[in-house]
Amino acid sequence: MGFDIEKIRKDFPILGREVNGYPVAYLDSANTSQKPRQVLEALEEHYTWHNANVARSVHTLGTESTTAYEGARAKLATFIGATSPDEIVFTKNSTEAINLVAHSYGARLRPGDEIVISEMEHHSNIVPWQLLCERTGATLRWFGVTDEGRLDLSTLDDLVNERTKLVSVVHMSNTLGTINPTEDIVRRAREVGALVMLDCSQSVPHLPVDVAALGVDFIAFTGHKMLGPTGIGVLWGRGEILADMPPFLGGGSMIETVTMEKTTYMAPPARFEAGTPPIAEAVGLGAAVDYLTAIGMPAIAEHEREITGYALDALSTVDGLRIFGPTVPVGRGGTISFDLAGVHPHDVGQVLDSLGVEVRVGHHCARPTCVRFGVPAMTRASFYLYTTRQEIDALVQGLNQVRKVFA
Amino acid sequence: MTAPDQLYQEIILDHYKHPHGRGLREPYQAEAHHVNPTCGDEVTLRVRMHDGVVEDVSYDGMGCSISQAAASVLYELVHGRPLDDAMARHEAFVTLMSERGQAEPDEELLEDAIAFAGVAKYPARVKCALLPWMAFKDAAARAAASGADEGGAVVKRPDFDGTTAATVRGEG
Repeated sequence: MGFDIEKIRKDFPILGREVNGYPVAYLDSANTSQKPRQVLEALEEHYTWHNANVARSVHTLGTESTTAYEGARAKLATFIGATSPDEIVFTKNSTEAINLVAHSYGARLRPGDEIVISEMEHHSNIVPWQLLCERTGATLRWFGVTDEGRLDLSTLDDLVNERTKLVSVVHMSNTLGTINPTEDIVRRAREVGALVMLDCSQSVPHLPVDVAALGVDFIAFTGHKMLGPTGIGVLWGRGEILADMPPFLGGGSMIETVTMEKTTYMAPPARFEAGTPPIAEAVGLGAAVDYLTAIGMPAIAEHEREITGYALDALSTVDGLRIFGPTVPVGRGGTISFDLAGVHPHDVGQVLDSLGVEVRVGHHCARPTCVRFGVPAMTRASFYLYTTRQEIDALVQGLNQVRKVFA
Repeated sequence: MTAPDQLYQEIILDHYKHPHGRGLREPYQAEAHHVNPTCGDEVTLRVRMHDGVVEDVSYDGMGCSISQAAASVLYELVHGRPLDDAMARHEAFVTLMSERGQAEPDEELLEDAIAFAGVAKYPARVKCALLPWMAFKDAAARAAASGADEGGAVVKRPDFDGTTAATVRGEG
């Protein structure tokens, strides 16, 4: 089956609506993706026919619910090439997944230890490490970003050294669109005995990601950017490392035995899933994985590469437009941030919205990246499997309209 | 009128492209620095008082057309006015912004600021329009409290006491 975008778009009812009298051009999928009806139906089906709590009920509904929840875990494991579903920890989002590692793995850090991140991180891969360093006395260091929007790895051997305990970098930048090569980082981390975590919030939804091939120790990603519901994310961790980590949150479902004096804990992933988890959300995410798998991640990545190339060419025709990040569709994904002739992104976004074109404006929760490129904010258009050339054309026409209003 | 025209009134675009009273001036009694972390808009605003009158409001900042035009309009509306009068205009502007565009603006009191009635229909942009006005309220209150407005020597107070920073909640 070829990649049939018209057929795909029919699965997303929201793409058929109008905004301010124009057909919507939803170019904000890096913020959150739209949901196909297959995911919406899975949520409805779960709540309508199978709803019960998981992992604690002997009754039929509880068994069905548990089977669906654990079935979703198995789907996620297969989707990213994990060796076992037990390596999949459900969290509420990527942010919680990163915080989990910062707390549980990070508890062993001491003054003198170092953590390495980069200047192109989302705040969710900066702040948890700053907090960890405050708690433990460890030191935070970071890779710079080149003028082309690539990770500056020239300092790799200095930054990642015998004191480094963990390197946590973004796999694909949520602002620049850069896809970071990881081989050299992983090789150097192995030399010095450091672990590697990747923030895959923007890569797992758009590219084939295989944790075994990447050779890393943790990845974090979130359901709502990959056609799934909000309120569910994933931490994948290498089994033996998860097994060696203390709990994150304490509560129900994560214990073996509780006395008033002491508690022993379940093995992962249950150890890290205290309380009633996002059950329906996991089921919905499982349906999203089925949907993506049926179309095929290589086909989705190919479509996005094609549409990104088209968009980069089209945007280059707009006077006064400056792209932040790679300007060729190589080593980058379908997320393009830009400045338009000094017009503030708020104003750009507002005029575009009046034409039905939905983009993100602001600092994209990546303020250091904005500072690196000398701007307080950027306008960002981001694409997905359902993005069309017509939508890119609407963006370009809208940008020319912006220039007229603020000429 | 289409949606953006309602927001981007000619008056607002004029103030944005040709701001009145822009630039930081001395002397002043109080300075406020307000930021909007959602979008990175910033304004630094100084107030000089004399005999109960807002003698000067000077400001600098970066941000969208709405926040920058609001600062320019604010300058026109409050400089040279008794503080009570200026604060009444502040209140009228805040009310205008909080009525979701339903208010009947008092043109005599608000002058060019009535153009912002369209902004009130865009909840995401209201905080842009309010940014300089909140900085003004903050700085004016402290300038009045400093006592330097009672005919005494006007002194520059760029120290810690004279500057506050405030933020509004936002994503990030």
